[in-house]
This record gives sequence, C-alpha cells and structure tokens, in this order.
Amino acid sequence: MSIFEYNGSAVVAMVGKNCFAIASDRRLGVQLQTIGTDFQRVFKIHDKLYIGLSGLATDAQTLYQRLVFRHKLYQLREERDMKPETFASLVSALLYEKRELAKDFVVSGTASESLYGACESMYKPDMGPEELFETISQALRASVDRDCLSGWGGYVLVVTPTEVRESVIKGRMD
Amino acid sequence: MECVIGVVGRDFAVVAADTSAVQSILVHKTDEDKVMVLDSHKLMGASGEPGDRVQFTEYIQKNLHLYQFRNTIPLSTAATANFTRGELATALRRNPYMVNVILAGYDKDVGASMYYIDYIATLHKIDKGAFGYGSYFCLSLMDKLYHPDMTVEEAVDLVDKCIKEIRLRLVVAPQNFVIKVVDKDGAKVYARREYISDSPPDAAPATASATATEA
Repeated sequence: MSIFEYNGSAVVAMVGKNCFAIASDRRLGVQLQTIGTDFQRVFKIHDKLYIGLSGLATDAQTLYQRLVFRHKLYQLREERDMKPETFASLVSALLYEKRELAKDFVVSGTASESLYGACESMYKPDMGPEELFETISQALRASVDRDCLSGWGGYVLVVTPTEVRESVIKGRMD
Repeated sequence: MECVIGVVGRDFAVVAADTSAVQSILVHKTDEDKVMVLDSHKLMGASGEPGDRVQFTEYIQKNLHLYQFRNTIPLSTAATANFTRGELATALRRNPYMVNVILAGYDKDVGASMYYIDYIATLHKIDKGAFGYGSYFCLSLMDKLYHPDMTVEEAVDLVDKCIKEIRLRLVVAPQNFVIKVVDKDGAKVYARREYISDSPPDAAPATASATATEA
C-alpha cells in the first residue's frame, strides 16, 4: 500500500472575497483500522497563515514541526510574519517540489479525486465567508463520504481580515 | 502476537499488556513485563521486536531520569510523548525501532492522559487504544463499553472483557496479562491475569484459580 494511503486523509482549501477557508477530515487510521476520530491536519503558522498536511501522519507531524521551527527563526530575524507566498516557497523547497499557485481551490489526500469534482462544481469566485463555509463543508462531506480511508467528521477554518472561525462538522461516522 | 491495551478513566489511566515472550512457535517465558514504569507517574506499554522494545523503552526511561536529575522536576506526560515520538521519527529513516507504544501518565495540572505512538512515529492523544492483533477485538469492545470518567473498577472490568475476548477469539492467543494503573499516587501493578504459569507446580493451581477471570 502507498504511504500516502496508509493513514487516510482529505484536505481542501478555497479562496473567497477577502477571506479563505481550509478544511480537513478527522480520521486517523492505520490501513483498515480507525485509531482516532479527532486527528488534526490543519495547523496554524501565524494568524493569517494555515497549512493543511495530508498523507502519512508521521511525516505531516514532522514537517509541521520543521516548518514552525523555520518560521519562528524567520520571525526572530525579520521581526515579522512570513508572507504566504514566501512560506509556500519554503514548503516547496522542503518537499523538492515546484509549487503551483491556485486562484480558486486546492485539494489533497486519499479523497482528492472526489474533492476535485465536488469543488469544481460547487465553487464560484468571490464568495463571502458564510457562503464559503457552506461550500467547503459540503464539498468536503460529499467527497469523504465516498472514500473509506477519510471522514469521521470534518474540521473547517474560515479566516477573514477580522476573525477566524473554527467549526467541527458532523458527517457520516463510518 | 503481542497485545497492549490502554484506557483513561477519572484521574487515572490503565495500561495492560500480555506477558508472553514468543519466538516462532516457542513461548520462552510467560511473565515478561511489557509495561515499563518510566518514572513515578508514567507507564509505557510497548509491543514489537523484543530487542528494540527493551532497548527503546529503557532508553526513554533513562532519558527521563536524566532530565529529572538535571532539572529537578519530572517531564510532563505530553512532553514525554513528544520526546518519544521525536526519537522514533529521527530513527525512522535510518535504523527504525519496530516498537509500538501506549504511553500513559498522570500530571497534577492536567490529570491522566494517554498517547498512542506507533512504530513510524505517528502521535495521537487518545482515551482508549490498543496495539496488536488483539486490537481487532478490543477497539470495538471499548467503543461500545467505554464512557468518560470511569472508575478504576469499571476500567479494569473493561480491560478484563478485552482480555477474555482475546483469549477466546485470537488463534495462538497470549494467556497471561499484566494490568498496571497510574494515578495521583503513582504507577503500580494493579493485577495479573494468569491462566498458565511456568513457575513451580505448587504455585500454578493457586495462581490460576485465584486470578483467572470468568464471565
């Protein structure tokens, strides 16, 4: 089995009008066995920067710790937070990958193909925070319900210039 | 195959493991302790490659003691879990430890907590968990019967039900188990569950009838 499918995961992010949303499922599994239903995949780097890490859970945890370390060093030296574009360059350098800047949405995880379909059909540009929350929640739920390795609820974060709203959404618990 | 079970109750945690040391078809001993007492208020139940298990748990225990000597205060359970994960993660892509760990501890400020750390260094805080073939039977039992804030008697009863199921349904099941509890008063052996013993014949019947569990 591929290491990307060992733990199971689904992560999606969308851009709205002056806001963004990032969401993930909550299942932690070991192949067919479910270990936990409250696993965190979306991490905060700073107030306006969040990263969702899908794939092998141990590597997501290690990578998150390394990224926070690098960002804290940057904060000490520059006395400010990293810009998202800069951070994206850091992540892509760490992963030896060329990054792609999306203007609408990005998806990742074992449910990525379903997520692409759901997001493509539900997304429209310049949505407000409430509409963005609804859209991303429905897209996530619909996709993970068809993937046995991800699901057991969802975690959605909507960030606007003034506030951050975290919600846990209930889906099919299986 | 080795089984480790863990349950968190009200201000305490239970970690149980089988006590068989097996190599191929031979059972070397039936009283191997796989739940290490890391310090006064921490338990680490470990399963996996026997050499790695002993080596790794002793390594964590000694490092915990070193921290306490240097800093005069013990490391918290959460910090211990993250340290353990770090050691497993660092070794993962060089010379991995094939050891799965259930770490439980009691801290004055946080209460009882338990962490699941598998051999590839996946860390997750849990209230109930299990490793090994026994987990296929225990996890669903625990999902059904567990509730938060259990008493020690209720939690050990749940563990006993898991042990009963393992003995009944797992082919080549381990027969003997040790149950350890950690609470505000410290980490200690709570009970042993023995069906069969490799100690002298006089001792065996007494042990079997006194501590064998029944429905």
